Amino acid sequence: MSTHTAAHGSHEGQDINYLNHQKGLWSWLTSVDHKRIGILYLLSITLFFILGGIAALFMRTELAFAGPTLKFLTPQMYNVLFTLHGAVMIFIFVVPGIPATMGNFLLPLMIGAKDVAFPRLNLFSYYIYLAGALLALFAVFWGVIEARSLEGALDTGWTFYAPYSIDSGTSVTLMAGAAFVLGFSSILTGLNFVVTIHKLRAPGMTWGRLPVFVWATYATAVIQTLATPVIGITLALLMMERIFGVGIFNADMGGDPVLFQHFFWFYSHPVVYIMVLPAFGVVAEIIPVFSRKPIFGYRAVCYATLAIAFIGFTVWAHHMLVAGISDTSAIFFSIITFAVAIPTAIKVFNWVSTMYRGSISFDTPMLYAMAFVFLFMIAGTTGIYLATLAIDVFYHDTYFVVAHFHYTIQGGAVIGLIAALHFWFPKMSGKMYNETVAKFAFALVFIGFNLTFLPQFGLGMMGMPRRYYDYPIEFETLHTWSTVGAFLNGFGYTFALVNLAYSALFGKVKASSNPYNSLSLEWQTKSPPIHENFEEIPVITEWTYGYGKPLPNTHH
Amino acid sequence: MSSPTSSAEVYQGPPHVHHMDPVTAYGAAKLGMWLFLATEILLFAGLFVAFAIYRWMYLGEFHDASLNLNWKLGTFNTIVLLISSYFAAVAVDAAQHADNKKVSRCLMITIACGAIFLVVKYIEYSAKYQHGLFPQFGGPNGIEFERYKSYFGLYYCMTGLHGLHVILGMGLLFWALRKAQKNRFSAAYYTPVEIGALYWHLVDLIWIYLFPLLYLVG
Repeated sequence: MSTHTAAHGSHEGQDINYLNHQKGLWSWLTSVDHKRIGILYLLSITLFFILGGIAALFMRTELAFAGPTLKFLTPQMYNVLFTLHGAVMIFIFVVPGIPATMGNFLLPLMIGAKDVAFPRLNLFSYYIYLAGALLALFAVFWGVIEARSLEGALDTGWTFYAPYSIDSGTSVTLMAGAAFVLGFSSILTGLNFVVTIHKLRAPGMTWGRLPVFVWATYATAVIQTLATPVIGITLALLMMERIFGVGIFNADMGGDPVLFQHFFWFYSHPVVYIMVLPAFGVVAEIIPVFSRKPIFGYRAVCYATLAIAFIGFTVWAHHMLVAGISDTSAIFFSIITFAVAIPTAIKVFNWVSTMYRGSISFDTPMLYAMAFVFLFMIAGTTGIYLATLAIDVFYHDTYFVVAHFHYTIQGGAVIGLIAALHFWFPKMSGKMYNETVAKFAFALVFIGFNLTFLPQFGLGMMGMPRRYYDYPIEFETLHTWSTVGAFLNGFGYTFALVNLAYSALFGKVKASSNPYNSLSLEWQTKSPPIHENFEEIPVITEWTYGYGKPLPNTHH
Repeated sequence: MSSPTSSAEVYQGPPHVHHMDPVTAYGAAKLGMWLFLATEILLFAGLFVAFAIYRWMYLGEFHDASLNLNWKLGTFNTIVLLISSYFAAVAVDAAQHADNKKVSRCLMITIACGAIFLVVKYIEYSAKYQHGLFPQFGGPNGIEFERYKSYFGLYYCMTGLHGLHVILGMGLLFWALRKAQKNRFSAAYYTPVEIGALYWHLVDLIWIYLFPLLYLVG
C-alpha cells in the first residue's frame, strides 16, 4: 500500500534510514516516527538519570563517614537530596524508562507495523513528558529561590506522605503538579501501546508468536493505563489540600492521612511492575539469542507476565503493614505479596532453563542479562522477607528496604535498560559499540552496584533507619564501603554511556542488519531501519524463538 | 482507498492514514477511547472511595451538609445532561447515515446543554460562596466549611473535576461539529462523532452517580 520514496532506499551505497531521511533539529522535534520519539525519550531520561545520580553521589558522600562530612550540606539539604533523587529517578527516569524508549522504538518493529496506532498522540505524550520534567525542574528552582537555598526545594520524600506534605514549606504543590503531568504522559503512552498491540500486528503475528518483550510491554501498558489515574487524583487532591484546604487528607478536618497512603500505593506498587516488567521482557529477548536456544516455556513466561501485572494490583498495602492497618488486611496483603513470587520465580526458572545446555556467548548484553537474573533473585528473595509481617516490623523504614528496592529498580529496571541499550544499539544507531570498553563498564557497574547495596542489607539488619543524615559510629564501616561502591557504580554507568554515545556519533564500525543472528522481526529489517520500518509489511509464518532446532509447535 | 482523489472537497472517505487501513483506524480509535474512559473512571474512583469512607465515618455531618445543596437545581442539571446525551447518540446515528446537517444540529444542542449545565453549576457555587461554604484560598477555612468535615472539600473536588470534563467534552464535540459542518462524515467515516459521543456519555454517567450521592443520600 505504501508508495513512499523512503521505501526505495538503495541496498548499496547511500542508505536512507530513519536517522537521515529528514535532517535538522526541527525534523526531530516534530517527528511522529516512533523510532525518533524513542530516541528523544532516551536522550531526555538519560539527562535526568545523570541528575538523579549526582544527587545520590552527594548523599553517599555525606554518609561516607559518621558526623557531617560535606561542610556545605545541612541536614535539611540532605532531606532535599534524597527527595529529589527519588522523585527524579522514579517519575522522570524509570517510569518512562524502558517502555517509552525501547518500547517506542521496538514495539512496531517487533510486531511488523509501520508505527504505533496513534503517532501524533505519541509525540504529544513526549511533549507532556517534557512539560512535566521541566515543571519539576521549575519546582526545584522555585523552592530554591523562595528559601534562597537548596533547603527549600522539596523535602517530603518521593512519596509525598500526608500530613507532612500538606504542611511542608517547600515546593510540594508544584512538584506534585509535575508528577501529575508526567503521569498523564505515561497513561497516553500505555494506551497507545495497548491499541497498537491489539490492532497493528502484521499478518501471521498471532498472540502466540509475539516476542516476550511485546507481552511484557503489553502488561506494562495495561498497568500504566489503569494505575496511573489513581496517582493522578491523589496528587490533584494533595494540591487542592495545599491550595484550598479541602480537608480530605487533613486530620484536623477529620481527613485520614492513611487514605493518602492507600491511594499512593495503589499506583506506586503497580508502578514497580511498570519499571521491571519491560526489563523482564528485555532479558527474555537477550538470553535465547546468546544461548542459541528457544526460550524455555514460552507460554508460561507470557502468562507469568500477565499474572504479575494482575497480582501487582492487589498487594499495595504491604507498604503500609506498620501504618496501623488492621491485622486482617495486613495478613491478607502479606499472603498476596508472597503470591507474586510464584510467577516471578517461573520467569527466573525459564531464563535459567533457556541457558541450560545452550551455546552461550558472553557478549555485553548477555552479561547484563545474566547480572539481571542474579540481582533480581536477591531483590525478589529479600522482598519475601519484607512481606513477612513479623520481620517487616523490624525492617520497615530501614536500609534493608533501601537495599531491597534498589536491587529491584536499579538491579532490575536500570540494568535491564542498559542491557537493552547494548543489545539494540546496532539497530538503533547502525553502528557497533566498543566491546572491550562495554565489558569493562559492565564489570564496574556490577561490582559497584553490589558493593553499594549489599552492605545496606547489613545496615538495615543492624537497625540503621533510612533517610537519616547521620548515624552512630558502629554503622560507619558498612556506610563507607557503600559509598565506595556507589562511586564505582557511577563510573561504570559513565563508561557505558560514553561508550555508547561515542560509538553512535563517531563509531567507524557499521552494524549489519542482524549482527547476532536473531530470529526476531526487528532484526530482519535494515540497521538502522528505514522510516517506514519495513520495505513491505512482513507476513509472519514462524515462532520468534526457533533457535537451534526445527520450529516447535506453538499450539496455535 | 489507495487511489487519491483529485479534489479534497469532494473526497468523502476517511482521512488517509499512512500506517493503517480505515477499518483498523476506526477500531483503534474506538479501543483507544474505551481505554481512556477506563482511565477516567479510575480517576474518579479515588474520589468515590474517599466519599464512601468519609460518609461512613461522619454520617451525621454528611447528612446535614447535603441539606445545603439545592436538589431542584441538581435535578434540573441531571435532566439537561440526559437530554444532551440523547442528542449525542442521535448525532452518531445521523453521521452513520451521512446526514451531516443533522449531526451539526444535534451536536449544537448537546454543546448548548453542556453550557446550560455549567451555568447552573456556577449559580450553585455562587450560592455556596455566599453562605461561607467555600474553602479559603491559601488561608484557614471558615467554621461553616469545616463543620461538615470533608464533605464540601469532596463536593468541590468531585463536581469541579466533573465540570472540567464537561468543558473537555464540549471541546471534543465542537471538534466533531466543525467536521460535520464541512460534510466530512459518511457511513465509511464517522469516528470523531462516535468517540466524542462516547466521551460525552461518560461525562453524563459520572454525573448520574454524583447527583444522588451528593444531593439525595448525602
